[in-house]
Amino acid sequence: MNDRDREIQHFTKLAAKGRMTRREFVGRMAALGVTAAMANTLLSTAVKAAGPNKGGTLKIGSTGGESTNTLDPALAASQVPYHNLHAFAETLVEVKSDGSIDPRLAESVESSPDAKTWRFKIRSGVEFHNGKSVTAQDVMRTIERHSNEESKSGALGIVKGIESMSVDGDTFVMNLHTANADLPYLMADYHLMIQPDGGFDNPAAGIGSGAYMLVSDEPGVRHLFKKNPNYWDSSRGHVDEVEIIVINDATARMAALQSGQAHIVNRVDPKVAGLLSRAPGVRVENVGGPGHYVFIMHCDTAPFDNNDLRLALKYAINRQEMVDKILMGFGSVGNDFPINASYPLFDSAIPQREYDAAKAAEHYKKSGHDGSPIILRVADGAFPGAVDAAALFQQSAAAAGIPLEIKREPNDGYWSEVWNKQPFCASYWGGRPVQDQMYSTAYLSTADWNDTKFKNADFDAKLLAARAELDDTKRKALYSEMANMLRDEGGLICPMFNDYVDGLSEKVQGWEKDGTGELMGGRASQVCWLA
Amino acid sequence: MHPILKLVLQRLALGCLLLVAASALIFAGTMILPGDVAQSILGQSATPQALANLRAELGLDVPPVQRYFDWLGGVLHGDLGTSLTNRLDIADTMGKRLGNTLFLAFWAAIISVPLAIFLGLLAVRYEGRWPDKLISGVTLASISIPEFLIGYVLIYFIAVKLRLFTTVAMINDGMSLGEKLNAIALPVIVLTLVVLAHMMRMTRAAILNVMQSAYIETAELKGLSSFKVIARHAFPNAIAPIVNVVMLNLAYLVVGVVVVEVVFVYPGMGQYLVDHVAKRDVPVVQACGLVFAAVYICLNMIADIVSILSNPRLRHPK
Repeated sequence: MNDRDREIQHFTKLAAKGRMTRREFVGRMAALGVTAAMANTLLSTAVKAAGPNKGGTLKIGSTGGESTNTLDPALAASQVPYHNLHAFAETLVEVKSDGSIDPRLAESVESSPDAKTWRFKIRSGVEFHNGKSVTAQDVMRTIERHSNEESKSGALGIVKGIESMSVDGDTFVMNLHTANADLPYLMADYHLMIQPDGGFDNPAAGIGSGAYMLVSDEPGVRHLFKKNPNYWDSSRGHVDEVEIIVINDATARMAALQSGQAHIVNRVDPKVAGLLSRAPGVRVENVGGPGHYVFIMHCDTAPFDNNDLRLALKYAINRQEMVDKILMGFGSVGNDFPINASYPLFDSAIPQREYDAAKAAEHYKKSGHDGSPIILRVADGAFPGAVDAAALFQQSAAAAGIPLEIKREPNDGYWSEVWNKQPFCASYWGGRPVQDQMYSTAYLSTADWNDTKFKNADFDAKLLAARAELDDTKRKALYSEMANMLRDEGGLICPMFNDYVDGLSEKVQGWEKDGTGELMGGRASQVCWLA
Repeated sequence: MHPILKLVLQRLALGCLLLVAASALIFAGTMILPGDVAQSILGQSATPQALANLRAELGLDVPPVQRYFDWLGGVLHGDLGTSLTNRLDIADTMGKRLGNTLFLAFWAAIISVPLAIFLGLLAVRYEGRWPDKLISGVTLASISIPEFLIGYVLIYFIAVKLRLFTTVAMINDGMSLGEKLNAIALPVIVLTLVVLAHMMRMTRAAILNVMQSAYIETAELKGLSSFKVIARHAFPNAIAPIVNVVMLNLAYLVVGVVVVEVVFVYPGMGQYLVDHVAKRDVPVVQACGLVFAAVYICLNMIADIVSILSNPRLRHPK
C-alpha cells in the first residue's frame, strides 16, 4: 500500500464517521486524483461498512401538517400524519424500493393457488408500546376497523374485497370475493398500521409496534418520538429521538435545513432545488416515483365524449416542455396512462406520444367541435405549478388552432367542488404500489374516484382477469393492452410524472434511493442515522 | 353610581353583545364556505360511504341553527367543546396556542411600545432636522415592506449566514425562558419593525399638535429644556391618541400575526385558526373568533377609558 492509498483510506474513514463533510471529502479526493463519482462510491461503501451511528435527535421538517391532524391511521391523508405513522407503527408487509415485498409484522405470506385465500403468519415476540404482544387477533381487528360499515378509513376501497377473515393460531387468514394476486401490496398501504385490538377503543392513541414511541403529540406544531427499546428489528431505529416539525411554508422549510434546524425536509420546490444543492452542508435527493400531474376530461360529458377531441387535446400538449419548465427536470414525461417504470410489470415498449400540432389540428377538425373555447379549470392546489402548466398547454394548443380558456379556481374547496365534478380540470395522483390498485382506484367503471368517467366493459374485464392471473408474462400482456386502451381512448392527459425531491443535511447517513414515497417511502426516520 | 364605573359596565355589556353578534357572523360565514368538515378531513380520498359515516358521527346532519344554539349554550356554561377534526379539547389546545401568541405579543410590545414613543419624542425634539427625517424614513420603510419579506431577509442574513438565533421559532414547555427568547428573537424583531412606524408617527403628530398651544410657549419661556417641555407638558396632553394607536397595534400583535407565524413556524393562534378554517372545523373557528373579538373589544375599551381618565373634561361630564 502506498502513501496515496493510505491517505484515501484515512480520509474515507474520517468521512464515514462523519468527522468530515461529504463536500470536504470529495475535495480531498479530487486533490488525490480521485473522481467525484468514485469518491462518492468510496464513501457510501465505507459508511455501510462502518455501520449505523446510534443516538441523537433526527429532526424532520415536513409540510402537510395542520392543527387538525390526528394520529388515527384511518384518517391520515397528508404528509405529516404519514411520517408520524411510519415512526410509531407498522404494517404487515412493506413494499421495497425494488418493488418486492418486505415482510414486517407478518413473518411470511402465502396464498392458495387461486389467490383467493391469503395467510399471514404473524411474527412472534413483537410488542406494542403498551407492552402487549402483537397477535393475529389484533391484525384481524385492525383490518375489521378499516373495512366495517362505520369505517371512515382512507383504505376503505382497498379492503372492500374481503369476504371473511379469521385467526388460525398465529396466522391471520383472509378470504376474498375475487382472486387478487396483489393482495400483499394492498396490505402495505400506510393506513393499515396494526394497532392493539385494531384501535377500536381509542384509534388516535398513537400506540403501535414501531421503532419509535410517541412522547409528545402537538398537531400542527411538532410530534416527538423516542426510541422503542423493545423494537424487534435491530437494523432499524438508530437515533434516540425523532422530531417531526411541521413547516408548511416552503421557504421556511429550506431555511430550517440550511440553518441546521432540520436534518431532513420534504417537498423541495423544483424551482429552488438547483440552488439548494449548491448551498453548503446540504444535499438534494430526487427519485422517480409513481406520482403524476394530470389534466382530466370526463369521457361522458360534451364535448369530451368525442374521442377525436380527446385525442386532439392529447396531441396538443407538449410533455417535454412541462417536465423542463414545471418540474425543472425533476421528473419524466407521461404517456396518457397512469403507469410508469416505477411499477412492476410496466411495458416500456408502448410508443411515447409526442406533441404534434398537425395531428392535433386534424383530430380537432374531425371532432367537429364548434370552435368555442374549451374551459380548463385549474388551481395551484391541484399540483404545484398547475396554473403555469395550464398556460403552457393553452399556448401549445393554440398553435394547433384549439382554443383553451383557463378558469382559475380557489385552492380552498378544490377537491370537493371542482375535482371529480367539473368535466375538464387539473389534478394529481400520488400513485399506488401496483398497477391493479391504480387502475381499480380510478379507471374501473364502478370506481368512486373514476375521475375521467372512463367506462369500458372490455377494460374492466381485462382488469379482473389480470388481478386473478398469477402468471407474470400473461399479466404483463394484459396490463399493456389496458395501458394502450387508456392511452388512445381514455380521458386522462398525463404530461408528467413528478420526482420525490427531498433535502438532506450532510449529517444524515444511511439514505438510499427509494421511490415508494417521499422520504424513502416514509422509512427515512427508521433507516437513517446521524453522523 | 360613580360615572366611570357606570361607563365601564356599559362598555362591558355592549362588548358581550358584540361578541354574540360576532359569533353568529362567524358561524354564518363558515356555513357559506363550500364543502364541509367531513369532506375536508377525508380530502381527495373521500368515498361516499366514508363521508356519510363521518357526517353522522360528527353530528353534521343536525340543522345549522340548532347546532349554533347548542354551541352557544355550551359556551355560556364555559364549555368550548371539542374539535371536530382531531377530537382534542378546544379550551386545552387553544389555551396553549393563545399562551404562545400572548408570549410573542408581550415581548414584541415590551420592545416596540417604549421604543416607538421614545423615537416619537426624539423626532419632535429634532423636528425637521436630520434625526427626525432619519427616524421617519427608516420606520416608514419598515412598515412599507411586507412582513414576510422582512422575515425572509432576516432569516437569510441573521440565521443562515451568521448562524445567530433560530429560523424555526418553535417553543415548548420543556424550554427555559432564555431558550424561548432565543427562539422568538427573529419574529419579535420583525413584529417590532412592523408596528413601530404607526405608533411613532402618531406620537410625533399628537405631540406636535399640542406643541402649538400657548402653555407650551409659557413653559419654554420659563426656561425649561426642550425635552423636558415635551415630556412633562406636551406628552400628558397627547396621551389619548397615543394610547389609541398603541392599543390598535397591540391588538394587531395578538390577532394579526398569522403571516409571521407561518414564516417562523411559530405555534400561535393565527396558524391554528387558519388550519381549522381550511377544515371547516366550526367549533374551533367559533372559539378563536370569540377570543379574537374579545381581545379587540377589551383593548379598545382600555383605550377609551384611559383617554377619558387622562382628560379632566371627560372625567367630570356636566
